[in-house]
Amino acid sequence: MSEFNSEENRPAEASVFERVSEAHSEPLSRQERLERWYYDTVVVTAKIIWEDIRARIGISILLFIILMGVVGPFIVERPQIGDYPKFIGPFQSTKFILGTDGLGMPIGAQIVHATPAMLKMAFAGAVVAMSIGIVIGTTAGYKGGRVDDVLMTLTDIVLTMPGLPLIVVLAAIYQPENPYVVGFILAIDNWPGLARRLRSQVLTIREESYVEASRAMGFGSPEILRRDIIPQLMPYITINSAGAARSIIYESVGLYFLGILPFTTLNWGVMMNMAYSNGAVSNPMLSGHWLWFPMLVLLLLSLGLILFSQGMDRIFNPRLRARHQRSGDDGDSTNPAVVE
Amino acid sequence: MIETEARPQFALSTYDSNSGMGCYTATRYKTEFGKWLVGMNYYVKRFGQAALTLFAVITITFVLYRMMPGNPIQQMQAQLMSGGNLGFGGSERSPEQVDRLVRIYTGIEPNQPIHIAYFEYLRDIILYQDFGESIWHDQPVFYLLFRAMPWSVFVSVYGLITGISMTIIFGSLMAYYEGSRFDKVMTGIIIVIQSVPYYVGAILMLSFLAFQFGWFPTGGHYDSSLTPGLNIPFMTSVAHHATLPILTGFILGFGGSALGLRGNAIRIIGEDFVRVARLRGISSNRIATYYVGRNAILPLYTGIMMSIASLFGSSIIMETIFTYPGVGWYTYDALMNRDYPLLMGAFIFFTVITVIGILLADLTYGLVDPRASEKGKESY
Repeated sequence: MSEFNSEENRPAEASVFERVSEAHSEPLSRQERLERWYYDTVVVTAKIIWEDIRARIGISILLFIILMGVVGPFIVERPQIGDYPKFIGPFQSTKFILGTDGLGMPIGAQIVHATPAMLKMAFAGAVVAMSIGIVIGTTAGYKGGRVDDVLMTLTDIVLTMPGLPLIVVLAAIYQPENPYVVGFILAIDNWPGLARRLRSQVLTIREESYVEASRAMGFGSPEILRRDIIPQLMPYITINSAGAARSIIYESVGLYFLGILPFTTLNWGVMMNMAYSNGAVSNPMLSGHWLWFPMLVLLLLSLGLILFSQGMDRIFNPRLRARHQRSGDDGDSTNPAVVE
Repeated sequence: MIETEARPQFALSTYDSNSGMGCYTATRYKTEFGKWLVGMNYYVKRFGQAALTLFAVITITFVLYRMMPGNPIQQMQAQLMSGGNLGFGGSERSPEQVDRLVRIYTGIEPNQPIHIAYFEYLRDIILYQDFGESIWHDQPVFYLLFRAMPWSVFVSVYGLITGISMTIIFGSLMAYYEGSRFDKVMTGIIIVIQSVPYYVGAILMLSFLAFQFGWFPTGGHYDSSLTPGLNIPFMTSVAHHATLPILTGFILGFGGSALGLRGNAIRIIGEDFVRVARLRGISSNRIATYYVGRNAILPLYTGIMMSIASLFGSSIIMETIFTYPGVGWYTYDALMNRDYPLLMGAFIFFTVITVIGILLADLTYGLVDPRASEKGKESY
C-alpha cells in the first residue's frame, strides 16, 4: 500500500499543504496528545521489534522464563528431599517429567524454584552495573577535559582488574547469601565496558545543536545530561542491560557451579554442581539429566537475552521508525513494512 | 610540516562512535619532534596506568586483609589463638606467637599502625616479591604461583589467539558475502555459540571428548611417566592435555565480536574513501587489508582488551573443570581450604598477567592506529 492509495481514500483533502495546515489549526486535546505519544513511543517500538524474527524469539524466551520465575513457584510444589525415588531418568512419569536427582527431588520443580533467585540476581546486577556505567560514562563523555581523564583512568583501572578473581575473593570473605547482594557483587566488573561505550556515544551527541542550545540557555550539566543526552541513549542502554544481565547470570551460575558462592538457595549452578560431583560427567547414563537440564535452561536464557538485544538494535534504525510513524498518521497501521 | 590529513585511509566517524578510545580532530604539529613528544606521552600514560592498576589491586588486598570487618587476619588470629590448626599441630599460643605467625603467613603485622603496615606490605611485595606463605601448601605463595603461571598463560594465550584470528577470518568473510546463504547460516551459528557459556562448553567437551570417547585426558599438564624437556613425546603430551582448555578459551574469545566485525566491515565498504580507492585503481587485496580490514578491526580493540581481562579471570573456572593446575586452579584450591595468603597472591598474580597483556595490546594499538597518540578535544 502506498502513499498514493491512502491519498485517494480522502477525497476531501485536495492538497498536501492544506492537510498539514488543517491538522495544526486547532490544538490537540490532552487525550489526543496522550494517544499520539503512546502510539509514537510504545506501539511503534513494539512493532519494529516484533518485525524482527530474532527479537520475537528472544522476547518469547524471556517472557517464558520470567513467567516461570514469577508464577511458577506458586503452581509447582516446592521440591523436598525424598519426594520420589532417586536417579529416575527423564520422561518416565508425569509427576516428575524431567526425572529426579540423587536425593529424590524432581528436577523440573528445582529448576522452576531456582528461577526467582536467578531473576533477582540478574535484575540487581544489571541495575547496579547500568547505574554506575551511565553516571560515569555520560559525565566523562559530556564534560571532557580533566573530568574525562580522571573518570576514564578509573574506568580503565577497573577494566584491567581481573573481575572474576576479585569477585571470588570478595565472595570467599563475605559469603553473600541474598541474591540481590550476589548480583551487586557480580556487577563490580560489569560497568566499565558500558561506561566506555556510553562515553563514546555521548562524544557524538554532545556536539548536536540541541545540546548546544541547552548549554546556551544556561542549563547545568546534570540537567543537560538528564534531559537531552540520556534519553537519546535509552535504546542503547536497554540493549546493554540485557548484555549485563547475561554476563551476571553466566558468572553467578559459574561460581555456584564451582561451589564458590554458598549453597543457600536452589540455583541452576548448585544443581549442576551436585550433579557434577555425583558423577554426571563420568557416568551420564545415571545422573546426566541432572546436569543437562539446568544447563539447557541456562543456554535458553542466554540465547533469549542475546536475540533480544540483537533485535533491539533495530530501534536504532531511524528510517524504520519514520516509516512506521508515517503509516500511523494515515490511521492505517496494518501496513506491513518490509524487513530488509 | 606533518599534516595528519595525509592519512585518509581511516574512517573517522566509525572510529569515534565505536572504539571509545578517543576523539579525532585534525591537529597539525609544528615539528617532527612535537609529534614524537605527543607519541611518547601516550606510552608514558599507558605505563603509568598499568602501574596505577597494580597499585590499586595491592591496596585492595591490603584493605580486605586488614580493614574490612570480619577480615581474614582477624579470622586467622582467632583460629590460631584457640589453638586451631593452620598447618601446624594445635596448641596454646601466646598473642606474640600468634602475631608472628600471622606476619609470616600474610606479610602483615597485625599490631602495627595501619599506615606503617600498609607501607611494609607494599614494600615487601614490590621489592622482595614476598606474598606471604601458603597455609595449606606450606610454601611461599610466590614460588607456588610463579611455577603455575606459565601453564595458565600458555593455555589462555593460545585460546585468545585462535579465537581472535577465527573472529577476523569469519567476520570479514561474512561481510564480503553479505546477504548470502553463508552469511545467514554463519550468523545463526555464531549466535548459538555466543549463547553457550564457556564453562558449559568445557563441561560438554570434558564429558564427551574426554570421558565418553576417551580422545583427550581428563586432567593434568602432561603424562607424568614422561620426562619433561625438549623431546617429542613430552611436547605432544603437553599439547594433548592443553587442547580442551585451549578450545574453551576459543569459545570465550570467538563469540560476538565476529558479528561486530562483520557490521563494521560492511559499513566501511560503503564509505566514500573505499569507493575512491577503487576508482584510483588500487588492487582489491590492498583495499581489503589496508582500507577495510584495518578500520574494521580498530573498534574491536577495546573488546579484545576486555577479553584479555576476562580470559585470565575465567581460568579459575576453566582450570578447575579440567583439573589443569595453573594459577586459576590454585585459586580454587586456596578458596576451598580458606588459604587466604594464596588467594590474595593469586589475585595479584592475575592482575600482573592481565596488566602485561593489556599493555602489549595497548602498545600495538599505537602502531596500528596512529591517532591513538594524538589528542585534541575541547572540554566544557
